[in-house]
Amino acid sequence: MSTPARIREQPLVLVVEDYQDAREMYAAYLQFSGFDVAEAGNGVEAIEKTQELLPDIVLMDLALPRMDGWEATRRLKNDERTRHIPIVALTGHALAGHAEGARAAGCDAFVTKPCLPDALVAEIRRLLDAPRSNAENVRDPARPPRSAKKRS
Amino acid sequence: MPRVAAPTAPVQGVDSEAKLAFVEFLLTSIDVQESARRAVDWLVAHAAVKEVAVLVPEAASNEMLLVAEHGISSGAIMDFALNRDDGSHPLIAALRSPISLFVDSLPSRHRVPLEANAFHAIPLRSEPSETGYGLLLVSGVGPELDAETQWLGRTLGKQVSRLMGRQLLAETRFGQERMLLYSIINAVTDPILLTDTEGKLIIANSHAEKLFAAPEEASEGWRRAVGLNNMLFSAALSTSAVGMVEMARRELLLVDPLEGSDLLFELLSSRAKDERQGTYVVSILRNVTDLARAKEEIEESYRTLRVAQAEVRDERHRLDLIIDSVADPILVTDQEGDIVLMNTPAERLFNAPGIDDETALRRVRANGANLTSFVSNVLTRSGEQRYRGEIQLGDPLTGRPLPVEAVAGTILSEQGELMWVVTILHDLTEALEKARLYEQLKQASVELERKVQEATAELAQQNELLRRQHIALEQASALKSQFLANMSHEFRTPLNAILGYTHMLLNNVTGPVSDPQRKSLSRIDSNARHLLALINDILDITRIEAGRMPLNATTFGVGELFEEVQSELEPIIKRSNLTVSTKVRGAVPSVRSDRQKVKQIVLNLLSNALKFTPAGSVTMTASYDARLRQVAIAVRDTGVGIPEDDQVKVFEDFRQLDSSPARGYGGTGLGLSICRRLAQILGGTIDLQSAQGEGSTFTLRLPAKTRRR
Repeated sequence: MSTPARIREQPLVLVVEDYQDAREMYAAYLQFSGFDVAEAGNGVEAIEKTQELLPDIVLMDLALPRMDGWEATRRLKNDERTRHIPIVALTGHALAGHAEGARAAGCDAFVTKPCLPDALVAEIRRLLDAPRSNAENVRDPARPPRSAKKRS
Repeated sequence: MPRVAAPTAPVQGVDSEAKLAFVEFLLTSIDVQESARRAVDWLVAHAAVKEVAVLVPEAASNEMLLVAEHGISSGAIMDFALNRDDGSHPLIAALRSPISLFVDSLPSRHRVPLEANAFHAIPLRSEPSETGYGLLLVSGVGPELDAETQWLGRTLGKQVSRLMGRQLLAETRFGQERMLLYSIINAVTDPILLTDTEGKLIIANSHAEKLFAAPEEASEGWRRAVGLNNMLFSAALSTSAVGMVEMARRELLLVDPLEGSDLLFELLSSRAKDERQGTYVVSILRNVTDLARAKEEIEESYRTLRVAQAEVRDERHRLDLIIDSVADPILVTDQEGDIVLMNTPAERLFNAPGIDDETALRRVRANGANLTSFVSNVLTRSGEQRYRGEIQLGDPLTGRPLPVEAVAGTILSEQGELMWVVTILHDLTEALEKARLYEQLKQASVELERKVQEATAELAQQNELLRRQHIALEQASALKSQFLANMSHEFRTPLNAILGYTHMLLNNVTGPVSDPQRKSLSRIDSNARHLLALINDILDITRIEAGRMPLNATTFGVGELFEEVQSELEPIIKRSNLTVSTKVRGAVPSVRSDRQKVKQIVLNLLSNALKFTPAGSVTMTASYDARLRQVAIAVRDTGVGIPEDDQVKVFEDFRQLDSSPARGYGGTGLGLSICRRLAQILGGTIDLQSAQGEGSTFTLRLPAKTRRR
């Protein structure tokens, strides 16, 4: 189901969500929308999958068992291999501090649940199409910029 | 009272004083020898005589003897005698001579007592025509007799004549009795007079003569005094004569001819009848001048005494008034401790005048005993002038206790003995009462202070309790908010799945859906969305109440906010067929506030207006109150309006006026209550003006610059 990044035709999205129904819903809709999808149920698994698959983007729920989303994000962003991968934080907690905590951990975007599948897809596409200006992009000039138009 | 000037005029020459003294002596003398001796002394003192001798006949014989002399040898005095019958003797002849004789050659057969050959022989008699009773022999003055000696001879002659005449009378048997009588009346110290009824003098004793007869040489004053005395005496007699009483006693004021002073006599006169000489009056004068003076003095001193007594009485009265006027009891006690003086206030305590109630008397006695013990203390402390103490007395009538302060002073006699103790009592009731009240007040004050402290402590304790309760409540509130936040998250997670799968079905992700299925899926979708809105609103309220709604102040324009809100609600506006307009009235400055929250409020107000206005228009107006520095954003609609009674309720939680068709208008019923809460945390207010059927105006008022809360 998952393919190495360099040979994939479609972008790979890693959906990290402990609530199975939601995870599978997002996965189904993302596949329906033309993405490859990988899934993780907790923070530890999220790190393993990210390091193994090197997805194009990670959708990270923050409230996770074993290791929460903030910690997982922090670790991925501190890892040379995974630093370049955009992470979209997904949370049902809209209380003050969550967004800041997520940004501090290194999240690139922040989406509040409930989030309808098409809104989530729109946010993912926005991030993937956005011109890279961070260090990873500079150090990885081989990766060509991809546009949403091309994909859809 | 007639007064006569004193006889101060000189009688003769320079020796008038001496002459007067001599004459006075003669008046009092009834003895020839005594008179003669005084005469010799006078001559020796006042005339230049060498030898003087006075010869007078011896009683019941014819011989003349020497009775007084000067410068005569003692032998001659004893031996010399001259027979009055020896007519050949020149000295006997001299007796009959009308003038005094100067003898300068005497035949040697005639003896004379003098040693000198030349001398004067002066006959002693009252008138020159008489035969002399005796002789005054003087040598050493020369042939011419000097005036002094002449005067003395005359004066002594009268005296000798007076006395010798009586002697001659006494020589007969009858005369002897008469002489005796005369001696008796002369011996009486009171003046005695025998007068006729007219007051003409017949016989007077020497004392009477002094008053009523003036000698030849008497001064003018003397004579006048004598004349006055005679007149007064006659007048006194005549008054008694008119009364024709046998014995008359009256007072008679006469003049002392020599002193000129008044003499008061008691005149006792009685009539005597003599067949030959008729009626005459015997008068005895008793000198009562001293008596009268003494009486006067006694009367005077009595009067003085009376005046002094009156003064003392007045003084005492005044003193009594003064000490009675003192309200404090004053007592004077003697060294025995007995009360000798007290004022009226003291009497009420220690005497209780006019009270015979046994109880009252017992109290009086008790008071007395207390005072006595105090005074005896004072008496034993002899050294101190003042003594102060407190005594417990009682009011005799009521028995009310009467604490008094006693101040005692001692009065000492000139010898330093303690005479009296003066005690002043001062009622201490009031002072003690004041002290007691003061003490009470102090205690009350202390008590009050204690209570205040207690209350303060209690208050502090309660404050502390309240503070803890407050903290506990805040914690509970925070826990509640946290719980609600957590709960809403837990709500959202399944809701997320519901919405997601519904969305997927409606988007044919799992294959085509029939129309009835799509309709059902739409119902699920809208209910899930409503539930989500409710959960979001509750979450908002929870966040506001937990104080966890962060404020993010920026500066923005109201006009641009209006556009944004309007465009965001554009689909609804289009569906509503309402005219929506915005208006910025006057110059409205940019607002510094939390743009997102302001927008949320305006969105809410506008969507409400659109929701509840079936037809007409909605107007959004911005204006600025420079005085209050307040920006007002008013959203006015032409909708159903809100009755006055419900205008407060619309801001309450879960409140929609028309509750049954809630679905008809949609919304959670929490919108306005959130708006109001948001306005408050922004430092502003929301109010409402409305009437049923006339539309509503909601106005948000914000400070142009929100201060940090």
